[in-house]
Amino acid sequence: MVSTSKERNLVVIELVGGNDGLNTVVPYGNGLYYDNRPGIGIPQQEVLPIDDTLGFNPSMREMKALWDRGELAVIKGIGYPQPNRSHFRSRDIWYTAEPETIGSQGWLGAAIRDLDPRGENVLTGVNFGRGLPRAFVCRGAPVASVGNLETYGLLPDIDDENVRLHALDALGRMYGPEGGRDVVAQALSENGAQALMGADILRTAPELYSSTVEYGDTPIATSLKGAAQVMSAGLGARILYAQHGNFDTHSNELQTHAKLWQDFSAAISDFTDDLKEQGLWQDTLIFVWSEFGRRVRDNGTGCDHGSGGAAFVLGGSVQGGQYGQYPSLREADLSEGDLAYTTDFRSTYATILDRWLGLDPDPIVHGQFEQFGFVAQ
Amino acid sequence: MLDANVELIAHLMRRAGFGASREELEARAARGYQATVEDLLNPGDERRLSDYLIRRFHPELSGMMGPLAPGENWLYRMATTTAPLQEKMTLFWHGIFATGYNKVIHGKALSDQTRMFRKHAMGNFRTLLLELSRDPAMIIWLDNQDNHKGAINENYGRELLELFSMGVGNYTEQDIKECARAFTGWTIANREYMELRSQRDSDWPYGRISWHFEYHPEDHDDGEKEFLGERGNFNGEDIVDIICRQPATARFISRHLYSFFVADEPPVPEWPYTPPADEEAIEELSQAYFDGDYNIGAMLRVLFNSDFFKAEEARYRKVKSPVELVAGVLRLTREFDRPRYEILERFSQASYMGQILNNPPSVEGWHTGTDWLNSGTLVERINFASKQIGDATKPGIRGMVDRICAELSDTTSPERLVDACLEEVGALGVDEDTRRVLVDFSSRGGDNTDRQHIADVLQMVAATQEFQRA
Repeated sequence: MVSTSKERNLVVIELVGGNDGLNTVVPYGNGLYYDNRPGIGIPQQEVLPIDDTLGFNPSMREMKALWDRGELAVIKGIGYPQPNRSHFRSRDIWYTAEPETIGSQGWLGAAIRDLDPRGENVLTGVNFGRGLPRAFVCRGAPVASVGNLETYGLLPDIDDENVRLHALDALGRMYGPEGGRDVVAQALSENGAQALMGADILRTAPELYSSTVEYGDTPIATSLKGAAQVMSAGLGARILYAQHGNFDTHSNELQTHAKLWQDFSAAISDFTDDLKEQGLWQDTLIFVWSEFGRRVRDNGTGCDHGSGGAAFVLGGSVQGGQYGQYPSLREADLSEGDLAYTTDFRSTYATILDRWLGLDPDPIVHGQFEQFGFVAQ
Repeated sequence: MLDANVELIAHLMRRAGFGASREELEARAARGYQATVEDLLNPGDERRLSDYLIRRFHPELSGMMGPLAPGENWLYRMATTTAPLQEKMTLFWHGIFATGYNKVIHGKALSDQTRMFRKHAMGNFRTLLLELSRDPAMIIWLDNQDNHKGAINENYGRELLELFSMGVGNYTEQDIKECARAFTGWTIANREYMELRSQRDSDWPYGRISWHFEYHPEDHDDGEKEFLGERGNFNGEDIVDIICRQPATARFISRHLYSFFVADEPPVPEWPYTPPADEEAIEELSQAYFDGDYNIGAMLRVLFNSDFFKAEEARYRKVKSPVELVAGVLRLTREFDRPRYEILERFSQASYMGQILNNPPSVEGWHTGTDWLNSGTLVERINFASKQIGDATKPGIRGMVDRICAELSDTTSPERLVDACLEEVGALGVDEDTRRVLVDFSSRGGDNTDRQHIADVLQMVAATQEFQRA
C-alpha cells in the first residue's frame, strides 16, 4: 500500500463561506425541499439528475460529466456532532479534525509531516493563496504558500530587474543555509534558505510545464493551473490546497451560487483535462469541502448558516457514486431547522489518509472512523 | 557609528514598544535612559483620536460583527500610540489570557476585553485577575456560564491556576474543583439569549449587543472550601487574594515578563520541567512583585533598569511577533497619521505571518520565538517589511530619504550610506557579515544622492535577519 502510494497527490479545495448543500445536490424528488425553498428552490426540470431523487445544480454541468464517467463520489450529509454555525469555529473544526476541543494542529499539516518526517522537501505541501489555512499548520511540517506562481518568491515587487538580481543575491548571502550564531539566526537562515530554494524550484515549474489546456480567467482556475504546473514539474509536492468562494449566500443566492459553481465546474474540467494530459489523473485525488451547509428554509433570496452539507471526492482512481445518507428534510428530523448530519467528516478524512496516502489516520483525526469505499482498499 | 546610548534606547524601544525612528530615539536619548523608562511607565493621557470619532467616520475600524475590526482598530493604535509600553503590555496580557473569536464569536466582547487589559496593563495584578474573572469574553471562552452551584464546570478554575497565575505543579486537582466552586454564579447577564444569538451567528438585523458580567448569588456555592491550604466560605475574590499571595504566582508572572521582554522561554507547558534561563532575574522580579504589592509597573521598572535587560547578550535575542513586526514597520512609515482603510490590508499581513489578533490558536496563546518562523511566514515577513520600508512615497520613509540626501554627498562611501540607513530605521545594529552584504549591494547601485538608490538600500536593510529580530 505504502509503496504504491508514493506518487499519489491530494488536492484539497475549500468552498469558503458555507456552501448550500441542498442547492448543490438537490433533492428534487422531495416535496419538502420545494415547501422549504419557495424563494430559491431549483425547479425539477432544471436539475441534472444523478438518480430518481437527487440531481446536481444546473451550473454543475462538468461535475455531472465526471459523475457520468464514474469518477466522482458524492458524500451526503457530511458534518459533525453539535454543529457550530460560526464560520470561524466551524472551519477550525474541519481544519483540525477536533470538534470537541480547540485544536491547534491541522490535519493536512500532520499528513505532510508524516509523508515527509524529516522535512526534506520544502514543497511537500503547497498552498495556493496568502497565509496558511490552519489545516496546514503543524510543527515540523514545511509548506510553501503561493499567492501567484508567476511572481512567487522573495522581493517580488522590485521592478528593476537588475536591482532585483542584486537584492536576491544579497538575500542569498544573508540567509545562507550554514546557520548562524544562535538559535534565532539558525532558524532564520534555515527557513530563509528553504524559502529561497522553494522559490527557485517553484519558479521553474511554469517553465517545465506545457499543456494544450487553456484555463479560464477565474481565481480558482488560476489556483488549479498553478497546482497542475507544480504537480507536473515533479517537484515532490504531495498535498496542494486552494480555496474558492464566497459561498456565504445570505441573499441573492440563485445568481451567486450558480456563478460560483459555474466557475468551479469549468475550472475542475480544465484541471482534469490537464491532469490527464500530464499523465497525473490516475494519481490525483481531489477533495472538495465546505465548513457547513445552510438553513433548510430559505429567507427569501438566500439562506442562513446551517449544518449537514455535501462534499465531493473526484479523480481517475476514485470509485464514483453516492456515499452516506441524504439527511431527512422532515421537520421532526431537523436539528434547530438544519439538516442533521449523517456522516462524520472524519470518515472521509480517514479514508483519504489511510487508503489514498497510506498514512495511519487515527492520530490525525483523533479516533477511529468508519471508512468509505470511494478509494479501493 | 552608532552612539552607545542611542543603541541602548533603541533596544528599550524595540522591547518596551514597537521600535522607534531615529528622531524619536535621539529625543529620548537626550532625556536619558531612566527618564525614558519612567516616561514609558507613566504615559499620561494619550494624544489620540477619540473612539467616538473613529466609530463615526471609520466603520471599518469599529464594526463589531466579525472578528477582524477590533484587531484592526488595535493595530492602528499600536502604530500610532503615544503610550507604546501600555499597548505592548496589553498585547502581553492578550498572549497570556488568550481569548479567541473562534469560540466567543463576538467582536465587541473581545474589544471590551482589550480595553480592560489596556486599563490595567501596568496596574495591580489582583485587580487584573478580578477583572479577568468578570470579563464576559473570558466567561464564555472558558465556559464559566456553565459553572453552577452543585454542577461545576472547572474550565475557568483550571486555567486560572494553570495558565493565568501559578502553573502546573503548584496546586492539586482538588484545588481546581474548589476554585471552580468559588466562581459559581459568575456569569453574563441574559446568558441563554446572548449565547444563542452568538452561536447562531444571526447577523441581522441588530448585530452585536454588549455582554455584561452578572453575579447570581442563588447560583453561587457559598459552602466551605479548602483552597491551597486555606479554609473558608470563599468566593471568587477570596480565591484571587489567595492566588496573588503565592510565591508561585510571582514566579509565573515574572517568567512571563522575562520571556516577553528579555529572551524567549519555552512554551508554558514545559515550565515545570525546564528551569528558567536566568533564575536570578526571576527572583529579582518576584521580589519586585511582592515589594510593590502586586504592581506590574513596579516589576517592569526593575526589569528595564536591570543589567540582565540592558546586557549586550539580551539584544536582538527575540523574534518579533508578526503584530510587533507590522506595527513597528507602520510606525516607521507613518502611513497612519489618521485612521485609513489600508489598515485592513496591513492587518491581513500579520495574519499571513501567522498571528491574528483576538484569534489565538488556543487558550495557550501563541508559541513565540523561533516558532513564528517557517518558510511560508518568513517570505511574508521579509516581503512586507522590505516593500514598506523601501517605499519613499510613505511620509516616514520620505523623511528618511530627505535626511540622508541632506547629510550625504555623492562622493560619500557606500559604507556611510548603509550606516545612515541603519540609523534611520531605528539604530539597527547588524553583524559584520550583514553589513558587508549591504555595502556590496549599495556599491552596485546608483550614487548616494539618488533617491531611488537610497530607497533600495533601505529596502535591503529591512530584509536583513536583524530587522526580523527585536
